[in-house]
Amino acid sequence: MKSAVILFPGSNRERDAARALKQASGTDAAIVWHGETALPKGTDIVLLPGGFSYGDYLRCGAIAARSPVMDAVRAHAAKGGLVLGICNGFQILVESGLLPGVLLRNSHLKFVCRAQHLRVERNDTVFTSLYNKGQVIEVAVAHGDGNYLADAETLKRLEDDGRVAFRYCDASGDVGKAGPNGSINAIAGIYSEKFNVLGMMPHPENLIDPLVGGTDGAALFESLARKTAA
Amino acid sequence: MKARVIVTLKTSVLDPQGKAIEGSLKSLGFGGVAGVRQGKVFDLELEGTDKAKAEADIKAMCEKLLANTVIESYRVEIAG
Repeated sequence: MKSAVILFPGSNRERDAARALKQASGTDAAIVWHGETALPKGTDIVLLPGGFSYGDYLRCGAIAARSPVMDAVRAHAAKGGLVLGICNGFQILVESGLLPGVLLRNSHLKFVCRAQHLRVERNDTVFTSLYNKGQVIEVAVAHGDGNYLADAETLKRLEDDGRVAFRYCDASGDVGKAGPNGSINAIAGIYSEKFNVLGMMPHPENLIDPLVGGTDGAALFESLARKTAA
Repeated sequence: MKARVIVTLKTSVLDPQGKAIEGSLKSLGFGGVAGVRQGKVFDLELEGTDKAKAEADIKAMCEKLLANTVIESYRVEIAG
């Protein structure tokens, strides 16, 4: 698996992301500076890591979404290449138009940093094939602007097409109302139309090692590694 | 030429910061505040004197970067 982690000024999760990709695939990820205009040849997956690109100035992810490398990322996605955006990476994906909707300030206005249960909505995608459908996993969330919103028409299309990847839930899988940020329909992550782009607020790369309290995030990277090795 | 761009959340979008400010104003004893919406102001200094061109340029800037038109609307004031 050939992966590229994009480094923006203010990203801070690129090494965790690269470690998760390496652990799953055995191959080092290339760290690519945002000012580059091309991805390394043969890149299978592009990962936009978490952090605070450009200090969250203007809007989270807005300036990063207009940086030179994003044209190459858009071209990669248009060809069906895989793109994963985590946290700030998700914000960059919606700002760049690769995913619909927007991420607003958390409805309670507080930065949220805690373990959070997620429900895996489907397991027939390249990102989630090693999970079970409906499986409840526990990963970390750490964000101030994770309140997903889309207009009614977009939301209907996402739901009808099964493009919600993960929903916030409790340990029993009940979605209820108590998400960490007020996201509509408890949405924690969504796919693009062709299911080759995934944006999600939680941090699966945080939980890939029993030493740090859990491994529920590892299967996502292993799913990707399995797919791109085949 | 100077121009001011004002970006605000569309009225259909919940503005939790505006709500918090509204609550604070109320707790400070300011009655009669029916609502608060928070926005952003950009003051631009533009080269050239062609007002029509400036308007067109600023519109493009808003659509491309300054506003996220999914949730925000903008208005432009150009000082002659």
